[in-house]
Amino acid sequence: MMIARLAFQSLLNRWVTALLTVLAIAMSVMLLLGVEKVRTGARESFADTISGTDLIVGARSGSLNLLLYSVFRIGNATNNVTWKSYQDIAKMPEVSWIVPLSLGDSHHGFRVLGTNQDYFTHYKFRHGQTMKFAAGGPFKDLFDAVIGSDVAEQLGYKVGDKIIVAHGVGSISFIEHEDKPFRVSGILAKTGTPIDRTVHVSLEAIEAIHIDWQNGAPVPGQSISADQVRKMDLTPRAITAALVGLKSRLATFKVQRRINNYEEEPLSAIMPGVALQELWGLIGTAETALSVVSAMVVATALLGMVTMILTTLNERRREMAILRSVGATPATVLGLLAVEGGLLTLAGVVIGTAGLYAGLYLAQPYIDHTYGLSLPIDPPRPDEWLKLGAIIVAGFLAGLLPALRAYRLSLADGMMVRI
Amino acid sequence: MASPGAAREGKSPLDAVSFADVRYSWPGPSPFTLTINDFKLRNGEKLLLLGPSGSGKSTFLSLLAGIVVPDRGRIDVSGEDMATLGGAARDRFRVDHFGIIFQMFNLLPYGSLIDNVLLPIRFSKLRRDNALRGGALEDVAKRLLLALGLDETVIATSKAASLSVGQQQRVAAARALIGAPQIIVADEPTSALDRNTEGAFLKLLFEQSNEVDASVIMVSHDEGLAAHFDRVVRLQDIAQSQRGGRS
Repeated sequence: MMIARLAFQSLLNRWVTALLTVLAIAMSVMLLLGVEKVRTGARESFADTISGTDLIVGARSGSLNLLLYSVFRIGNATNNVTWKSYQDIAKMPEVSWIVPLSLGDSHHGFRVLGTNQDYFTHYKFRHGQTMKFAAGGPFKDLFDAVIGSDVAEQLGYKVGDKIIVAHGVGSISFIEHEDKPFRVSGILAKTGTPIDRTVHVSLEAIEAIHIDWQNGAPVPGQSISADQVRKMDLTPRAITAALVGLKSRLATFKVQRRINNYEEEPLSAIMPGVALQELWGLIGTAETALSVVSAMVVATALLGMVTMILTTLNERRREMAILRSVGATPATVLGLLAVEGGLLTLAGVVIGTAGLYAGLYLAQPYIDHTYGLSLPIDPPRPDEWLKLGAIIVAGFLAGLLPALRAYRLSLADGMMVRI
Repeated sequence: MASPGAAREGKSPLDAVSFADVRYSWPGPSPFTLTINDFKLRNGEKLLLLGPSGSGKSTFLSLLAGIVVPDRGRIDVSGEDMATLGGAARDRFRVDHFGIIFQMFNLLPYGSLIDNVLLPIRFSKLRRDNALRGGALEDVAKRLLLALGLDETVIATSKAASLSVGQQQRVAAARALIGAPQIIVADEPTSALDRNTEGAFLKLLFEQSNEVDASVIMVSHDEGLAAHFDRVVRLQDIAQSQRGGRS
């Protein structure tokens, strides 16, 4: 008690250096906890990219590939799914709903997704939210398009603007469906998912713009105008993938097995949650790297504290001699310095933690809105408490380093310091 | 091992301190050996120990206060052989029996005057109990500071760092005196003071030492102080010092 008070008063006496040291530790603690929060937030947001969908069905391929092209719009499908297979799956008694996805075209680098109205009600993300319209509404006309918020923002589109879809998925495309322009009918609110970077059109529209094409190129002299196409049968021949919702989750494995063993065509059905976890496992090394870096920053801050205490040690030899003359043992001097390290670290940890939560509280709405990353404001989890505790213990131990030196000095000097 | 307090409450030896056949060598690359065959400080005596710098005054004080233990011989303080005590026990023994005043920089600069005066009380139960006989600790400390010539506003408002050297030495004297230790050790406490302040300081120090029946041993190179003391001893008369090599 006496020792703690003396250590505290001595620190107050050197408050500028002490404050800077505490701030350095506080910043490092903020970084450590902040990285932790972003990690959890990113993982949860990522895992919630798609929810409410029990199975994703596509042509036979690996689950990651299927997940990447159907949900993240990365890469391409190996093959298509025939319309008949789609209808067979839709007819399965366990299936509650099914949404077709047709990919392969793009608009200025943003993928174009052909689907139907059900997509907007069945595709869920982030704790079961559904898409909301920031402006306009779903497509009504054949050549209506609904665009994600990033598309609208980056290309400056408003409801009613005309856009031309390009064939293929490159950002620069030489073949465009310029004869059949689309009209923006709605703009979706920010979701923080790949939806933001997608142009949605109806499945029939995808069929319509390719009706006069064969083998990936327009057939010369056979162009069919936008008005003519409206009168034609636009039932698709094939789709790229489908999202499936089941009546009961218990049937998931059964339906999955049946689709995987579908005889007329090689298909794959994957559970999005499992595939998402698999994918996170791949990119999760980055989060480990972040943790390592922030741990190193904490170590640096503690090193700075040791340096600070060590440099003040010489001018404090007099102080230690006085304490020795009034009966302090060298062990008391050792304790004094160790407690000082502990106090500095404790203050740093407390201020850092408080600072982080204040920062989170202020910045969370902005981060959520701008990056679609929802950072949880909840009390530190057990492993975070453990980390904070470990930092305090480390600070106390680091304080022992100069303390041991003070101990030796104190033994040698006694109370007669020659300065 | 007798408890440090036993000597004070039990037998009352004539000598506050006695050195017999003491020999001590500083270890290290430039060894220095000090031999003191016979030296005594009587109870209540005010003794001036004269010696030029480098004559072994610091070593003598380290031996006296039990910071170091002699290689040979015996140092009794209040009838107790300090060499028989362990390190931590010597530290406790020191604060129980000695009040120590340095040449300068006596105070923890961040503490209040009262805090500084009460420091020994934090480490010594014996001196705490002694002080408590005079009332609440803060009051005792304040009375001592007043008696040593510091005025009330300075006591109440100042930090140690803001005091003049003369004022600092008075606070140091109050700290040495609080809780009535038997021996006040002063290492050139007046070297930074002018003649007038010096005389006043010694007068007040002795007054207060007499109040608590303490002996005073003061080390200095200044022969001009001799008039204030009961007895003057030259270090070279009681001690032989030898530099270089152990013999």
